[in-house]
Amino acid sequence: MKILTGNDLKTGDVTWWTGSDWSRHVEDAVDVGDNFEALLHEEEAARRVNVPYAIAAEMTDDGPRPAHIKDRVRALGPTVRPDLTLKPADPEAGNWVI
Amino acid sequence: MYQYDKYDQQMVDTRVAEFRDQVERRIAGELTEDQFKPLRLMNGLYLQLHAYMLRVAVPYGTLSGKQMKMLGHIARKYDRDYGHFTTRQNIQYNWIKLEDAPDILADLASVEMHAIQTSGNCIRNISSDQYAGAAADEIADPRPWAEILRQWSSFHPEFSYLPRKFKFAVIASDEDRAAMRLHDIGIQLVHKDGELGAKFFVGGGMGRTPMIAPEIRDFVPANELISYTEACLRVYNRYGRRDNKYKARIKILVHELGKEEYTRQVEEEFAHMKTLGIDPPVEELARITEFFVDPAFEAGASDNLDLSDPDFKLWVEQNTVAHKKNGYTIATISLKPRGGIPGDASSAQIDLMADLAEQYSFDELRVTHSQNIVLPHVKKSDLYALWQKLDEAGLAPANLDLITDSIACPGLDYCSLANARSIPLAQKISERFADLGRQRELGELKLKISGCINACGHHHAGHIGILGVDRKGTENYQLLLGGSAAEDTSLAKITGPGFSEDGVIDAIETVTNVYLEERKDDERFIDTYRRVGMERFKEAIYG
Amino acid sequence: MVEAIRFREDDVHEEPAVSLDAFLDQSNATAVRIEAGEDARRLLPMLDRLALIEVDFPAFGDGRGYSAAQILRESGYVGELRASGDVLVDQIAYMRRCGFDSFAPDAPIDPKVMEKSLSLYDDVYQGTTDNRAPIWKLRHG
Repeated sequence: MKILTGNDLKTGDVTWWTGSDWSRHVEDAVDVGDNFEALLHEEEAARRVNVPYAIAAEMTDDGPRPAHIKDRVRALGPTVRPDLTLKPADPEAGNWVI
Repeated sequence: MYQYDKYDQQMVDTRVAEFRDQVERRIAGELTEDQFKPLRLMNGLYLQLHAYMLRVAVPYGTLSGKQMKMLGHIARKYDRDYGHFTTRQNIQYNWIKLEDAPDILADLASVEMHAIQTSGNCIRNISSDQYAGAAADEIADPRPWAEILRQWSSFHPEFSYLPRKFKFAVIASDEDRAAMRLHDIGIQLVHKDGELGAKFFVGGGMGRTPMIAPEIRDFVPANELISYTEACLRVYNRYGRRDNKYKARIKILVHELGKEEYTRQVEEEFAHMKTLGIDPPVEELARITEFFVDPAFEAGASDNLDLSDPDFKLWVEQNTVAHKKNGYTIATISLKPRGGIPGDASSAQIDLMADLAEQYSFDELRVTHSQNIVLPHVKKSDLYALWQKLDEAGLAPANLDLITDSIACPGLDYCSLANARSIPLAQKISERFADLGRQRELGELKLKISGCINACGHHHAGHIGILGVDRKGTENYQLLLGGSAAEDTSLAKITGPGFSEDGVIDAIETVTNVYLEERKDDERFIDTYRRVGMERFKEAIYG
Repeated sequence: MVEAIRFREDDVHEEPAVSLDAFLDQSNATAVRIEAGEDARRLLPMLDRLALIEVDFPAFGDGRGYSAAQILRESGYVGELRASGDVLVDQIAYMRRCGFDSFAPDAPIDPKVMEKSLSLYDDVYQGTTDNRAPIWKLRHG
């Protein structure tokens, strides 16, 4: 599946397209299929997201899991500072990335 | 150290106002990201893996306690309570908001700091020897020359859209502590007929195609420094490749033209530049040099040290070097604790180091390109008290230049360019070799880790280098041996096929065992490697 | 193409700019256009014949034109020196410092933003062909 990601213009937070807006949580990301160029342009032009692009992901029981490790690091946070990630209390979170 | 006059202050203040305006226009949509990107890069603001990242300039790695405190303040107020010291003597913050960036720059300007040109295709921070002004072997303090170049390069209208980034290093000793030959322009101050001048090396660099800079000119006097440098830059701006981002550095131009032809073009341009009146008078260098005179060293300070505390003794032996002045020493604070993240410091540690600098080092600190901090002027009689305070704060690992004093780029944990994580590797190696006795047995062993081919971790210049790559979607690590960033500059060679994370750590252990078997007399690792050759190590690693 | 921006008092030069090769062939052209990769020094022997030199910026990140402009001014060219192409408002101040006195941008430029950017910095660190006294000169006279 393909999901869309970008950064919040003002805060720089990593965001994911939910189908109607941009969430900070990859679990909320939806499959955009193959026709997303127009959507990317529209959202960026409206400044609801900065530099958005599509990435490959697979659907799992825990929600969308980006196919590439770099995108998973981006979704969660640095593996070397679990306290700075989106799931500081979850000891399994690092395994989801790696 | 240098103090801004009203002109310098006005420049940074104006830049803050200019950037604030540009940010407002970006947020309002008057600038697209493509148009805004070079502007924010010229103020050190990247859009990175997790958020915006700000790289603050620490000119030639020198800062005061007050400035260090501001870096701690920024970490606390605007970021997540820590900063990362880099291989170009700067500091990076990983969790910055665009809307805060102008305020951060304003805070920096209030203590004579900035983030000007720490990114982008322009002239970057000018780095120097972390022992400048304290080392016994320098012929002069290189930093006034670095300061002249810093001012000349700031807001330079002709050279702000170069083919690619441009990095200078300036040293003033035969021992090269700043990786000078691996810069776009490396300068060594030398004497000729009693006059101080600059020897120029042009075309060094790491990245995808590492190269050692050849000597282009043996002597440029102070009153021609700017016109000669302009000539070097103008040839590059006009003829550097712009067709391929990975072939756009000056090292490629010098390599493709050949050193002789590049030199000839520079000399031709220089002959023209010299006539334009763009060189500051020697009074300007003299004015700047005044800021770099010796601090008020105590005459007759005692050279004795009580080394009865064994941990203190280890730290003194490893982390301090001789100062030019009797009774004083140069101390390195290692930011490589066991299992820690190389180069990271919490805001509390940053504040402590600022206090210690004020109390024990004439209010001066240095950032090294190996991601450590130096207190350049510590009285020996103060050293024990200093060490105790460092030790209490986890800032006294006695591992300067040992295998656990590794350089590591932020890697895939932080950087969108990376192919593999570098920090966990550094941490695991640090644990594997934690025993200090074993580290000291191995001696000087410079380990450098990059998470991708851009080589920000300087792996080409490591005695042992590691390059993280992406092998069919999995992190994989190549092992390199035999590089050096010192005056015996050499580029490391790859050993063979790559390894998993655990595999490369085992391979490093094998390499160190070979060294111990083969070593003669006091050979360092790099000496044994050079004498014995790659094959011996390769056989042991791959069987 | 939008209206050109000029910082000159004289009349707009009417003759069209010919290419560098064409100029070097022709004896009567008075306006020439150099592409980013062309060598401005080829014009030096004929500067007195030129009333207008246009330097192209194919992409605003291609900084070769800044050096071309400096080279032309350093050699005494006093005619119109125009930056054309991908010229954005945030580059104009540096272009002025390098000697450009007119601009033909592909996209419109906000005049208010431009005015502000041109008057922002009181001083400059380095000497260029705009002949502003650099800070080191203000310090030492």
